[in-house]
Amino acid sequence: MSKVMSGNEAIAYGAYLAGVRLASGYPGTPSTEILENLVRYPGICTEWATNEKVGFDVAVGAAYAGARALVTMKHVGLNVAADSLFYASYTGTEAGLVVVTADDPGMFSSQNEQDNRRFGQFAKLPVVEPSDSEEARRFTMEAFAISEEFDVPVLLRTTTRIAHSSSVVQTVEGHLPRTRRDAPPAEEKTSYRSGDHAFVRNPEKYVMVPAHARRRHPVVEERLQRLAAFAETTPLNQVIPGDADLGIVTCGVAYQYAREVFPTASFLKLGMVYPLPVQLIRRFAAGVKRLLIVEELDPFLEEQIRLMGVEASGKQLFSLVDEYNPERLREWSAKAAIIAGLDLPPVVPASLPGRPPMLCPGCGHRGVFYVLHKLKAAVTGDIGCYTLGAAPPLSAIHTCGCMGASIGVAHGMERVGVKDKVVAVVGDSTFYHSGIAPLINALWNQSPITTIILDNRITAMTGHQANPGSGATMQGEGFAVDMERMLRRVGFSLVDTVDPLDYDATLQTIKRHLETAEPSVVVARRPCALQTRFKEPSYLIDPVTCTSCGTCLKLGCVAVSKYGGTMAINQELCVGCGFCAAVCPQHAVKSSTGVAN
Amino acid sequence: MNRPEKIDFIMAGVGGQGTILASDILTEAGYRSGYDVKKSEVHGMSQRGGSVESQVRWGQKVYSPLVEKGRADYLVGFEMLEAARWPAYLAPGGVALVNRYRIFPPAVNTGKADYPGEEEITRLIAGRARLVWWIDATELAAGLGHPAVAGVILLGAMANFLPVEEEVWQSVVQELVPPRHVDLNRRAFAIGRALTCPVPDSIAR
Repeated sequence: MSKVMSGNEAIAYGAYLAGVRLASGYPGTPSTEILENLVRYPGICTEWATNEKVGFDVAVGAAYAGARALVTMKHVGLNVAADSLFYASYTGTEAGLVVVTADDPGMFSSQNEQDNRRFGQFAKLPVVEPSDSEEARRFTMEAFAISEEFDVPVLLRTTTRIAHSSSVVQTVEGHLPRTRRDAPPAEEKTSYRSGDHAFVRNPEKYVMVPAHARRRHPVVEERLQRLAAFAETTPLNQVIPGDADLGIVTCGVAYQYAREVFPTASFLKLGMVYPLPVQLIRRFAAGVKRLLIVEELDPFLEEQIRLMGVEASGKQLFSLVDEYNPERLREWSAKAAIIAGLDLPPVVPASLPGRPPMLCPGCGHRGVFYVLHKLKAAVTGDIGCYTLGAAPPLSAIHTCGCMGASIGVAHGMERVGVKDKVVAVVGDSTFYHSGIAPLINALWNQSPITTIILDNRITAMTGHQANPGSGATMQGEGFAVDMERMLRRVGFSLVDTVDPLDYDATLQTIKRHLETAEPSVVVARRPCALQTRFKEPSYLIDPVTCTSCGTCLKLGCVAVSKYGGTMAINQELCVGCGFCAAVCPQHAVKSSTGVAN
Repeated sequence: MNRPEKIDFIMAGVGGQGTILASDILTEAGYRSGYDVKKSEVHGMSQRGGSVESQVRWGQKVYSPLVEKGRADYLVGFEMLEAARWPAYLAPGGVALVNRYRIFPPAVNTGKADYPGEEEITRLIAGRARLVWWIDATELAAGLGHPAVAGVILLGAMANFLPVEEEVWQSVVQELVPPRHVDLNRRAFAIGRALTCPVPDSIAR
C-alpha cells in the first residue's frame, strides 16, 4: 500500500511508526507541518514550544526519561537551540532523540541560507538527509534506531524542496497515515504519561560539570569513529551503478536533479551525510573516470572528500548560492562540456510587474506602520508577517535580523544617542520566543525606547499556530498568558493597549510613548484578519469628494488602487476594516452599507 | 486516449486562489491512473497575495520534484499576469490554459506599471505554446456563487487532454474538497469539461 505525501507528512508518519512518544518544536517554514501532522496520531504528546531551544530541552527530557522524542525547527531555529544541541551531544540520551532541521536553500521564507549539515560536524553528531518523501519516512525511523544504537541525538536535515514536495510513500497496514481531515485524537494529556519511565540517575553522564564533561569528550570522539564505520555499510548510503565515465556523489534533493540531468552516470547517493564513509567513497571514486560532487549550498561533502585526497569537481562548476534545479545543473554542466545543453527556441522577452507578498486587507499591523511612518521613527523590526511593513509604501521597518533582535538593537541605538525616536516592533509569538529577555534588559537599564508588541493572538506567518497568548494549545483550548499583567508585574509603568486600526487612538498613544523618557510598551492588539476571516461590508470611494491626493495608496492595501488616474476600492478584496476611511483627509471613503440599499 | 510517458504541469496563480488544492487533485489523479508522481509547491511568504506556483509531474519514474525549464507540457494560469511569467518553462508545443482574470499587483495599483493586455500575454505564451486556451473560469465560478472553484473549472478544461478516467477525477474531487462543497466542485469540473476539446497538432498553429 502507498500514499502520496509531502516530506513533512512523511516525517510525521515515520516518527509515529517509530513509536515516538513526545514531539516539540517551534513553527518555522519549511518545518511547520511535521508537528501539525503528528498531532493527529494517537499516543503522542505533541506540543508547540515557546522557542526552539525550549522545544529541544523538552525533547531531551523525554529522551532522558526513556521515551523516544522528536524536535522540529527551521534551519535558523537550530541556532537558537544550538546550546542544547551541544550538551545533548555530550550526554547522549536513554531513548532515541531525533532533531529535524529544515533548511531553506533559495530563502523562500528565511533571512539566510545557512547549511546545517555543518552543525553535525560542529556538534559531532550523525546527519541523515532524505531525497524524497519515502526516504523521509524511512530515514526518520532509521534515525531513531541510530540514536539508540550509538547513544547520540541524530540530525535529520531536510530542505524546502523535500519538506514541501510530495511523492509516493509506502504505508503500513494497521498503521495508516493520518491526513488533514483527521482530527487530533481526543486524549487527555495525562494519558501520554504511562508512568513506566524510570529516570535512571547517572550524574557522570547527565550533569555536564567540567569534571564529567572532560570524561564525556573522548566518548564523543570514539562514537564518531564508530559512526564513520557504520556509514560504510548502512543502506542509507547507496551506490547506483551506471557508466564508468562519470561518477556523481550527491545527497538530498540534488540527487533527484542530478538523475534527470545525468541519466546514465554512476551515483553514490549519501543518505548519511555525516560522518562520511571514507572507504566507500574511495572505492566509488576509483571506479569512475571523472568524479562530480553535486550538493546545494556549501561544499560540505566536497571539503571532506578532497581531504581524503580524492580528485573531484564540485563548487568550481556548481553554485554556492540559491537552490538548485534541473535547468541550473544542466546549464553549469553544459558550460563545463560534461553534457550537451537543451536546444530550446527563444521565448519572447518580457518585463512584467512583480507581485510581492503584502500585508492582508484588514491586517492590524498596517495601522501601526502607517503611524510609525508618519512619525518618522527609527524602527527596529523582527521576524513575522509584520516584516512586510518594511516594504514600500509603508517603509516603516529599518532593521530585521532574526527572531527577537528588535528590542536589543533598539536599545543599542538609543544608548549611543541616535537623534530619532527609537521604536522596536515585535510580534506576539516572537515576543514569547525571544523578546522577553531583551525587554527586561531595556527595563533594567532604563532605556527610553518604545516597544510595540503587534499582538494578533497567533503565529500568523507560518500558518496560524497557537502561541502562549492564544488561549489554546495544539489539542484545543488552554491557558492564555496575560501579556499586560506580566509587563506591569516586571515593572513597566507605561503599558497601553490599542486597536491598531483605531487610527486616532494609535497615533495619540504612540506619540505619547515616544515623548516619555522611560521604557514603555504599546500592545497593538487585533486578531489576525486572515485567521478570523474578518469580513465587514466593503468601503467605496466617492469620486466627487475624492481629490486623488493618494493618501489611501500609502497604506499598501491591495484592495485600494489608482487606475486610469482615479482611486478605487476592489469590492471583492476589501474586507471593510475602514482604515482607509479613517486616514482620508477628504472623508471621501464611505462604507457600502446604505449605498447598496 | 494515448498515454504519454510523462506529463509535466506548471500551475501559476496568486496566493489564496486555490492553486494548492488544484495541484493536489491533479497529483492524486495522475497517481491513481498509474503514474509515478511528484508535486512541489512553496508555502510561507507566498501567501499574503504574492505569486504562487505549484509544479506537478507524472511519469513512469519521476526524479526531480521540479519541472525543468522547457519541458512543461501544460501551463495552467489561474491569473493572466502569473501565466505570463512561465512560458519559458513550456516545452515547444505545450498547451496553456489561462483564466481570463486579472488581479492587479501593487505596482499597477499605484500607477507605476501597466498590466499587460490579453494580446500581449497571448503573444508571450504563444512564443512556446502550441495552443493557448482562454477560459473565463473565475467568472463562471462566480456564476456558481463561489469564485474559489475557478481552479477546478480549469482542471475540468484540462481533463479533456489527459489520460485519466472520469470516475478517477470524480473520486479524487470527492475526497479532496471539503464534504459540503463536493457537488459544487463536481459542477465546476463539468463546466470546465464543456469548454475545451482535443485539437490535432495539424490545426493548432
